[in-house]
Amino acid sequence: MIRAHRNHPGYWAFALHRLSGVLLALFLPAHFLVLGLAVEEAALDSFLSWSDAPLAKLAEGGLVVLLAVHLTGGMRLLALEFLPWSDHQKSLIALATGLALAAGGLFLLSAG
Amino acid sequence: MSHAGPSEHELTVEIWRGGAEGRFERYRVPARENQSVLDLVTWVQRHLEPALAYRFACRVGMCGSCAMTVNGRPRWTCRTHVDKVTKGGRLKIAPLANLPVIRDLVTDMTPFFDKWQQARGRFSPTRTRKDEPAAVDPDSRARRAADAGIECINCAVCTAACDVVRWNADYLGPAALNRAWTLINDERDGARAESLAAVSGAAGCHNCHSHQGCAEHCPMGLNPTAAIAGLKRASLLALLKGEL
Repeated sequence: MIRAHRNHPGYWAFALHRLSGVLLALFLPAHFLVLGLAVEEAALDSFLSWSDAPLAKLAEGGLVVLLAVHLTGGMRLLALEFLPWSDHQKSLIALATGLALAAGGLFLLSAG
Repeated sequence: MSHAGPSEHELTVEIWRGGAEGRFERYRVPARENQSVLDLVTWVQRHLEPALAYRFACRVGMCGSCAMTVNGRPRWTCRTHVDKVTKGGRLKIAPLANLPVIRDLVTDMTPFFDKWQQARGRFSPTRTRKDEPAAVDPDSRARRAADAGIECINCAVCTAACDVVRWNADYLGPAALNRAWTLINDERDGARAESLAAVSGAAGCHNCHSHQGCAEHCPMGLNPTAAIAGLKRASLLALLKGEL
């Protein structure tokens, strides 16, 4: 629940990191299932042709954003915990989020 | 007043009444320029609700006893301007979160101070009164790290703002860990290893999720998240060296 005391960039960054982590964890079994199709080449090929559909590409863009959000957010946390403290935490949160969105945008541009 | 309430010169204030099980009561109070939230609570007690329980002492932001939840955020009420936190002429005042409520706006601070003890928040001297005073270089890294955290007034605003305390009542919390960090950086303290062990346990610094809500809300502008990050590094280093 979003209460007033949680309305600040540090909490939003945490929520984004947690949400992207949970969604990626939900995606993983589906990913492995598709990899399992490779046992029969035809099954995999028919799936891969489906994944070229525009809607699937858009969803893939979302997946790239989730991965990038979790990666940059995780690197920000590692820096926070293992490097000497920096007072620019809010800028780092903005940078991590911006990089993740840019990665998703670049993916969609190259897919189109 | 720029915020128009029920009337030009009135504010509607909701104040928590009762213990853990209670309710918000509504009061109409005069809207004055230059009044603090504490002034307003005092006005309610003196004019409308003599039985209202709340806590304060210095009224100038030194003692740390008047913290309450104001419109959902923990704040020191004596230095919180009503004008700056009122939304649409309304104000909702509750006791601090994450601490047991005794009555109305008064919380039981016992768990808060117990955690200071659990985190070894006390100085262990290495000299006696017969020795020369320690000469501490004010520019040393440790002294500057301690300096950044020593102005804590024990108001528990950080504890009320911390979601990890909310989720895990045993967690030592930002105030006690910040205190431990100042001691670990105090070269006169003789129990650094014990302090590190005290904050590295299951309820210790490694619970922190780095939301930075404590730093966001600390009225003294301290940064307990930075202190806790320092403790995490010191704790890991001690573990690698086999000292923990």
